Amino acid sequence: MKQLLELLETNSKRPVSELAILLGKSQQEVIEDIKSLEEDKIIIKYHTIINWEKAGADTVTAMIEVKITPQREVGFDAMAERIYRFPEVRNVYLMSGAYDLLVMLEGQSLKEVADFVSTKLATIEGVLSTTTHFMLKAYKEAGVIIEDQEEDRRLVVTP
Amino acid sequence: MSWSDRISPTVRSIPPSGIRRFFDIVAEMKGVVSLGVGEPDFITPWHIRESCVYGLERGYTSYTSNYGLLELREEIVRVTQKDYDVTYDPRCEVLITVGVSEALDLALRAVLSPGDEALVPEPCYVSYKACVTLAGGTPVPVTTTMENQFRVTVDQLEKLVTPRTKVLLIGYPNNPTGAIMPREELLEIAKFAEKHDLIVISDEIYANLTYGSEHTCFASLPGMRDRTILLNGFSKAYAMTGWRIGYAMSNPDFISAMTKIHQYTMLCAPITAQVAAVEALRHGENTMRKMVAEYDCRRRLMIDGLRSMRLKCFEPKGAFYIFPSIKETGLSSLEFAEELLKSEKVALVPGDAFGESGEGYVRCSYATSMANLSKALERIERFVRKRL
Repeated sequence: MKQLLELLETNSKRPVSELAILLGKSQQEVIEDIKSLEEDKIIIKYHTIINWEKAGADTVTAMIEVKITPQREVGFDAMAERIYRFPEVRNVYLMSGAYDLLVMLEGQSLKEVADFVSTKLATIEGVLSTTTHFMLKAYKEAGVIIEDQEEDRRLVVTP
Repeated sequence: MSWSDRISPTVRSIPPSGIRRFFDIVAEMKGVVSLGVGEPDFITPWHIRESCVYGLERGYTSYTSNYGLLELREEIVRVTQKDYDVTYDPRCEVLITVGVSEALDLALRAVLSPGDEALVPEPCYVSYKACVTLAGGTPVPVTTTMENQFRVTVDQLEKLVTPRTKVLLIGYPNNPTGAIMPREELLEIAKFAEKHDLIVISDEIYANLTYGSEHTCFASLPGMRDRTILLNGFSKAYAMTGWRIGYAMSNPDFISAMTKIHQYTMLCAPITAQVAAVEALRHGENTMRKMVAEYDCRRRLMIDGLRSMRLKCFEPKGAFYIFPSIKETGLSSLEFAEELLKSEKVALVPGDAFGESGEGYVRCSYATSMANLSKALERIERFVRKRL
């Protein structure tokens, strides 16, 4: 199963026929394995990594450190939920250390992100403070180097 | 008298590598998908490269001991002990060389005298027989066949052994066939070596690249440690071909004899690469296992692809080569390789480059991306379909 997951993680578009060969299994077995991984929510979603900058989209990404007051019985979870329900929010993590939640946000412009933080995020009851960092350049995402410079320098035929 | 007449007769007697000849044809073509490369397509893992850079920053630029950095020899001994349960003294039983190529040359030169014979199972790596000749010995090829999964048997060896036989030179997992030797069969070979009092030179550069079975280290077999010159290196397992680091392990007499030649001809292996090799052994195992898993997937893709075009193909269990028979196309190995290259732009290596017994086969390396393999398989299929 682990090997199947690793293959799908690097390329979720691999056809079942190819996966079957690579794993030494029958196509039916692979179909069933994938189905059960999807049902168990081990595979959550198939995602595509896009170089948006190259695609000409002018988006702004911000990482916001949020300090919050945990609430009785639900701890940080209820606060996190109020934040991650916003569609503009891409990722939310509970962190140890100087702040509580790390929120990643995507917007069309600096102004849009700033508006979101000041009107939506900072005003939620229980949010004590926010610190916003804007991302300048993406080098690596989900284990993939965005503009990989390394090339095959080997000779065409070697012993 | 021309200059060429003045070249030593021994050197003249050695044919140039069959691969070299083929390389000259390929070099001028564009858009070629190559299955001809005998080295990993992975670039050396970053942590290894980074440790070399750090080593340079700290000023590691000097000679090392002739034997190589003691730290590296200790790591090699540790890993060999862990993997194969055979122990060496890092101070006098390990020699760091410039690739396994140098180690092989040193081993042969250290033990062969003119007229000595070396049994060399074929098909085999291109340098084996040439190095035997250069060391003054006589190579005696032992033909292995696809029917016997390219393994060498004692029956075959018994037919060719003579009172002048001094060395048995084996290389498993094998380049070019991808064959491995199971432990039981190696035990038979060990008995044979003992019976005829042979020195066994065992090139185990592909030891880490086995699929579905564990590699058996020849030196780990009962009574074989001192009789064996064990050769290994970093090129294949850690994707470090260009660093040129290999090593030899054996009894102190053989190692000091080899070191004598090494000290006068090479002095020592480059320190920068030795520093990187220490890092590879200390922290490289996980990345190495990942690369092996990836090769295994590609191996399955190749077996399936070649067999579905009805080429007879033995299942390789080691290295990163597959060695299909192309006899049924009616072409010779070289014709097959040349015509495939010209009409479909796929480069592979004609089997006869690895000895006469490789005729009728071609070597395909799957040390290239899955996308390239699929492209190559499509093209080979188109080529083969017209001829079968």
